Amino acid sequence: MKAFLMYKDRDFDLQRQPPPNEQDLIQDLELNTLFNAMAHGDEFLYEVAKKAISFSLDDLDTILYRQNTLKDCLKNSPIIKAIYDISVEAIENEKKVYWGIFSKYPSTILHRSIEVLQMFVGMLKKLKSITDEQANKFESEGFIRFFSMLNKELSDEYFASIQDHLKKLKFPYGVLISAELGKGNKGIHYILRKSDKPQSWIQQIFTEKPLVYTFYISPRDENGARALSELRDRGINLVANALIQSTDHIVSFFTMLRTELAFYIGCMNLHEQLVRMGEPVSFPQPVAPDERRHSFKKLYDVCLTLTKKQKIVGNNLNADNKELMIITGANQGGKSTFLRSIGLVQLMMQCGMFVPAESFCANICDGLFTHYKREEDAAMESGKLAEELSRMSDIVDNIRSNSMLLFNESFAATNEREGSEIARQIVSALLEKRVEVFFVTHLYEFARGFYDKKTENAVFLRAERQADGRRTFKIIEGEPLQTSYGEDLYHRIFG
Amino acid sequence: MVFHSILFAKSEDRIKEETLEPPDFFVDLNLDQIIDAITAGKQEYNLKPFFYTPLKDIDAIEYRHEILQDLENRTLFENIKLFAQKMRAIREQLAQAEKLYYKYQKESWFVDAVEVYCDAVNCLVHDLSLVNLKSRGFLAFCEYITNYAKSDRFTLLLAETEQLKSHLSAVRYCLLIKGNKIQVRKYDSEVDYSAEVEKTFEKFKQGAVKDYRVEFPNWPDMNPVEAKILDLVARLYPDVFSSLDNYCVKHSDYLAETIGVFDREFQFYVAYLEFIAMFKRAGLNFCYPKVSNTCKEVYDHEGFDLALAYKLISENSSIVCNDFYLKGKERILVVSGPNQGGKTTFARTFGQLHYLASIGCLVPGREAQLFLFNRLFTHFEKEENIKDLRGKLEDDLVRIYRILNQATPNCIIILNELFTSTTLKDALSLSKQIMERIIQLDLLCVWTTFVDELASFSEKTVSVVSTVVPENPALRTFKIVRRPADGLAYAISIAERYQLTYDRLQERIKS
Repeated sequence: MKAFLMYKDRDFDLQRQPPPNEQDLIQDLELNTLFNAMAHGDEFLYEVAKKAISFSLDDLDTILYRQNTLKDCLKNSPIIKAIYDISVEAIENEKKVYWGIFSKYPSTILHRSIEVLQMFVGMLKKLKSITDEQANKFESEGFIRFFSMLNKELSDEYFASIQDHLKKLKFPYGVLISAELGKGNKGIHYILRKSDKPQSWIQQIFTEKPLVYTFYISPRDENGARALSELRDRGINLVANALIQSTDHIVSFFTMLRTELAFYIGCMNLHEQLVRMGEPVSFPQPVAPDERRHSFKKLYDVCLTLTKKQKIVGNNLNADNKELMIITGANQGGKSTFLRSIGLVQLMMQCGMFVPAESFCANICDGLFTHYKREEDAAMESGKLAEELSRMSDIVDNIRSNSMLLFNESFAATNEREGSEIARQIVSALLEKRVEVFFVTHLYEFARGFYDKKTENAVFLRAERQADGRRTFKIIEGEPLQTSYGEDLYHRIFG
Repeated sequence: MVFHSILFAKSEDRIKEETLEPPDFFVDLNLDQIIDAITAGKQEYNLKPFFYTPLKDIDAIEYRHEILQDLENRTLFENIKLFAQKMRAIREQLAQAEKLYYKYQKESWFVDAVEVYCDAVNCLVHDLSLVNLKSRGFLAFCEYITNYAKSDRFTLLLAETEQLKSHLSAVRYCLLIKGNKIQVRKYDSEVDYSAEVEKTFEKFKQGAVKDYRVEFPNWPDMNPVEAKILDLVARLYPDVFSSLDNYCVKHSDYLAETIGVFDREFQFYVAYLEFIAMFKRAGLNFCYPKVSNTCKEVYDHEGFDLALAYKLISENSSIVCNDFYLKGKERILVVSGPNQGGKTTFARTFGQLHYLASIGCLVPGREAQLFLFNRLFTHFEKEENIKDLRGKLEDDLVRIYRILNQATPNCIIILNELFTSTTLKDALSLSKQIMERIIQLDLLCVWTTFVDELASFSEKTVSVVSTVVPENPALRTFKIVRRPADGLAYAISIAERYQLTYDRLQERIKS
């Protein structure tokens, strides 16, 4: 039994090793703001949101599978929350059942497992009754499969057969064990056998009686009693193991159900907040990784919205068939915000979520990387440019064709000419390898150089500044300018 | 050829009384350390007597050389080691059987031991048949064991063992435990209930889960409840258990004595070969020495002190090899030169080589010719013994007197720093007189000394000296080379290294 709500045919693995650049992404794109909005103060939801966003999907099918599942969730949120609560309750209850964790005795293990299974049967029955009543409200492939799986596996007969086993495993007629002779004629291969109800005396008369020898352990014989209970334990060792493993499996079933629903609960939380602020949300249209599409309407930085708790300006762009986007222009003009919104929307699309835009269509990228200007290295171990280049080198170790790389004021730790030359060489090589590059920069020579080449696959954007120096926080197309209007800032501050 | 022993060519060569006392010179030559290291971990075979007893004739040495040459075939060597492991397992099983209390348990361990024995014999016969054996020892043994494996005694043992084992392993019974009541009966195809339960819950299977199976202690012995059950099982299967009883009585003397002896004696070779393998891995050479009891021309190329090398290898230090030869009338190697330059080591090496050759072993070196002595004497400095009430010089003289009294021309004598506790003049005159006696006896001799004059005493003496690195006299090479003694002790260079020269001490000692 599998939930399969995150992938069509496999579990969502929370333990998977996060990608090496996870921390950079979290820092550079302010992802914690997004995670917190999804988590609503719940640590588990936070963890799942973080993992789901970090493990970007790279296939269209799964993205659409999640989009559809999420649409069902948004439509039926009370039912989803009820199922989520059942899974949480089952997991919590299991922990409560007394458990001498250091128990060395199969009889103890068996006893506890029976108790836990009784509890699980109750939880599974609740799940089954939701299925019976609500399944018809769901349209997505994921939920249709999920509910029909529950319907098929959790039949009344099945519940009855579990009850029957749990009764038999209390061994009302004694424990029947088979054995063979091993080394030194000691018993080995102790196997628990199915023991039936003893025959009535009438039956006994008419069947041939097998040879049976009987003996008793004296009630005062403590060693004998211990030896006997060890023998009994050897006999039930395997069944106790099978039973406790079954409880573990059921725990993992509920855990997986909880984990996968947690992602959707997180999405529902975020959705509610954005809708309340009147921000547009939509389901994006992803296209294959080897295409180059980037067009959107009213794309906004979801983290900035969440932080400011108000509607902010969105940007529009139509940049299909472009591989290089160089953003220059006024300081404080919204360049960083824009770059962040590009990164965020990509991650949100690639985990199957809705996006913060009126509409959004882009190609999937094979790994999103960020290279941002960083604080001075506190350990003083390396110069600033060296530190930047070393990070760049780490990225190069992991980057590949169809990856997307966001630069924010990189290579500015030296004079403009050198910085430009470094940037030029790096970016040229990346483009050669079909890496998509978004570059926010003040390196005029670098930006100008690409502009003058008039390459088809590049687009140049500028933070808008009105003639009076006012920023609109709009990003518009335009050639790189030699000034970033830092004077404006100077004047504003020095008056 | 009738097989006697894998160690001795003729049955009369066998050691009459096995001694646990090493020869007198063992400590001086550090042979005690070598033999201890060789026999470590093989105490059960009691191999030391073999290592403590030199052989008396060339044929006996060649008998062992032939066997060692056959054993250069790794497969043969490993196969016989496998046989030895099985024999050891048998002893362990029988020892375990001894310790057990219940009869049916003892008997079961005995059957298992015999089963291993049959397997060991059959495998060895098979393995030997695949090898092209050349040594007299192995050819005779191979013939012996092949015939033994075909004998009625052995084939019957094998057949009965197999039959009994198969009957025992076919025994299946059931226990019904309820409260303090236990019922024992034959197994009657009842269904495996664990599997059924497992199947019921199979649909929940997610990934790998922890294994909760409890490990039960697996003592060889039984508790009384198990024993009681076993007794009842025996009553359920009376035929099987009575044949078990009969078998144990009938086959108590299953082991052929010759095979037991072979198993022990063969370990002599295993112990030695495994010991020298570690030196070979370090790039050192071993060779079959030419051994003669008439020719006193001896040599060894790239020899080394086995005891020292053993220590150095464990410290990962490098080992210096040395050559020597005596030609024509040369009999006596006089070793002089700087202290701590390897003189004593050289003398020990000479003694070790001859001793190892005398027990038929490979010796350190690339190529060697050695003398089969009838006795070997050593004289190394002893700590003063207060009970002797003799001075050190007197003690030296007493000991050397005793040696020379017993020595015959077929002896080897190794002298290390005689007469150090007297003046140089005395030492010289005493040494000369001793030297005269040695020359008269025509003894093979190594003599380390600071008395340089001895080196050019006669045509029978050869001067060898320990050497230093010419550019830095403080560095020893540990090479001993043929060269006239030059009278330089180089001790000054060591003093310099430790800043103990006159000049340095004047500076260092505060006024």
